[in-house]
Amino acid sequence: MKNQLILKNGTSASLDKMPVLESDAFRQHLTNLLQKGSRLSALFAVPTEQQAIVYAAVADDETAEIELFASKCGRKNISLTPHIPQAHWFEREMAEIHGIEMVGHPWLKPIRFQPRKGQTVEIIPGATEYFEVKGEEVHEVGVGPVHAGIIEPGHFRFQCHGEKVFHLEIELGYQHRGIERAIPGMPHEKAIRLMEAVAGDTSIGHATAYAMNIEALSGLKASQNAKIIRSVALELERMANHTGDLGALAGDVGFLPTSAYCGRIRGDILNTTGLICGNRFGRGLVKAGGCGYEIDSDLKKQILDKLLLIEADLHSAIDLIWDTPSVVSRFEETGTVSREDALAIGMVGPAGRACGLMVDTRISHPFGAFDKFAPAIPLIELGKLGDVNARATIRWLEIQESLRLIREMLAALNSEPAGYNHEQVKPVANSVAISLTEGWRGEICHVAMTDEQGQLKAYKIVDPSFHNWFGLALSLRDQEISDFPLCNKSFNLSYCGHDL
Amino acid sequence: MLQILKARFHQKYRTFPFPEKMPPMAARYTGRPEIASGNCKSGCNACVAACPVGALSLGENKRPIIDMGSCLFCRACETACPEKLINFTQDFSLAANKKEGLLINAATFKRAEAMGNELRRLFGRSLKLRQVSAGGCNACEADTNVLATPNFDLARYGIQFVASPRHADGLLITGPVSQNMKLALLKTYEALPSPSIVIATGACAISGGLFKGNSEVNDGVGNLIPVDLYIPGCPPNPWTILEGILRFMGRL
Ligand code: SF4
Repeated sequence: MKNQLILKNGTSASLDKMPVLESDAFRQHLTNLLQKGSRLSALFAVPTEQQAIVYAAVADDETAEIELFASKCGRKNISLTPHIPQAHWFEREMAEIHGIEMVGHPWLKPIRFQPRKGQTVEIIPGATEYFEVKGEEVHEVGVGPVHAGIIEPGHFRFQCHGEKVFHLEIELGYQHRGIERAIPGMPHEKAIRLMEAVAGDTSIGHATAYAMNIEALSGLKASQNAKIIRSVALELERMANHTGDLGALAGDVGFLPTSAYCGRIRGDILNTTGLICGNRFGRGLVKAGGCGYEIDSDLKKQILDKLLLIEADLHSAIDLIWDTPSVVSRFEETGTVSREDALAIGMVGPAGRACGLMVDTRISHPFGAFDKFAPAIPLIELGKLGDVNARATIRWLEIQESLRLIREMLAALNSEPAGYNHEQVKPVANSVAISLTEGWRGEICHVAMTDEQGQLKAYKIVDPSFHNWFGLALSLRDQEISDFPLCNKSFNLSYCGHDL
Repeated sequence: MLQILKARFHQKYRTFPFPEKMPPMAARYTGRPEIASGNCKSGCNACVAACPVGALSLGENKRPIIDMGSCLFCRACETACPEKLINFTQDFSLAANKKEGLLINAATFKRAEAMGNELRRLFGRSLKLRQVSAGGCNACEADTNVLATPNFDLARYGIQFVASPRHADGLLITGPVSQNMKLALLKTYEALPSPSIVIATGACAISGGLFKGNSEVNDGVGNLIPVDLYIPGCPPNPWTILEGILRFMGRL
């Protein structure tokens, strides 16, 4: 291909540089790139007056490059999914939002039950056709949207034979709040707060992606200190969520010591973020152009002291898991996803890494302070990869790696200010920017496009959960239905991050 | 087994003796705003212009009014005010019985009152709640969930989150109530035995928060069912949630 638009993470280019291919060439090019091992980070449509334009963002983890290209799209499109399973959810999304028929898609149905522009028929969430397994004594179990605990809503349909699950289908959309639609024209100070609420447990991950895009579009560079503070906050976010989930995993197999301790330690980690910005979830910490808060030497010491206590508590609480054979035997060989399946559906983050995929945008597409402070991806030799035990092990190793990174990053802070200047936020017109961050669930991808006035005209958000929900469904195949909570917690995917 | 005992010894007793003692908040924690007496600069609109979510308005005397029901506690108004009339305190007691009670225009604030005597007699010393996330971002949910951990140990106050609305005295709702959760929320509400109570937790559940005005949401719980207690914040600190519920139970 002659004209190519290749961007590094967190950079921008004029929209004029975007190659617009014929639909056959678009499909061919995308297929070629993915066959060479690149990943589909985003695939989405932006409506124009007559039709829609489909954009693909393909990440090459070897070269740290992201290739963007587009195609004009009619009401009917030939589906990529039969050859590129990674595209399946994206195509369902496009069909639902823009009414584009995806010819040949094996399972084209809504993912969010979101009304199309101009659509007046009332939509009943969850009311759709479900995959049905037929046969003697095969039965169906429906769960949700409202679940038994304090947890977000979603609908799960199990096809079972006795206790054994043949198939699980997941329907979401209950949390849809219209985020992408609301962004164009919104003041940046409000939009970044909205990003923090895309998925509240990933406030830093999404806010950082947004800030990177706005900085790229405005020609701004966050200072090294600002990058460090944001990256420290991102690692604290990772630690807090992994800790909470390890506790919940222990709870799901009835091992209460770890579950009780981890619940509290998670709070201590959130409170460490609270030391930096006053808010346990890091609200207001990330700003376009820098940070809302500084870390001085006093605060640095407070954080380090707190981390020392947290580290000791974590070891005491979490080592118990692998000291207790009855817990490990419940984790082992439960909810296995094969490496081939994970690769085919494009799984990301620790769930992908637990299947042996080397995916971590901190390493492959460094952002923030991770260019200087790269994590070592924990390689696990657990024999059988891809089960609950692998996902739990990866998360524990990542917590320890985050601790190391936070300490190294804090040590590199200097006296330069980390603040931001709102006045400098002036995105250039007719441009596109892309940013990838590694949230605790995996790759977060944001794509921003501006109009002639430099206002955002389209904004695409891909939460890691978007890639991984189908992985959870696969992990339930041939499992006991009672394994569901355990499998679910080992992924702990975001409902609202998916539903937007 | 020895390892388990060792861990138990290491982890110690961590339950915080609230309300006998006040929990320490982080130095940068942002609690209830106060608006000092005194006149604003004539024609000044700085606080209103600085607020990213329209939580601020000017009252009849052109002094600021902060609606804690929408406020993100971001302090942009505090920084913007040239007369330094707006100050955020460390007071985490923010709950109110009425939406109007969340409007702050002075240094004072009328804290939430206990539910009526008849309800208190019925519920006794316990309160069973069913939580419904209706478009919540999982921050309010997380800071509610954390109340069950040993640090807060919710059960010692007689409060419990239960699995079925039929076992509950009321609902604690988070999120702006997405259109797609409206039906499920109403059904859950109808399944409560009466009398029942409703607690709206977080800016979204109170006013729609950051999603206010989106056609995909209902701008909060109050537009669909009556609310008895509002707990503001984005998200509220867990102590704010606990303190609000205890006040409502008449325990503070
Ligand atoms: S603290 Fe509240 S009222 Fe003040 S600017 Fe922020 S959101 Fe608006």
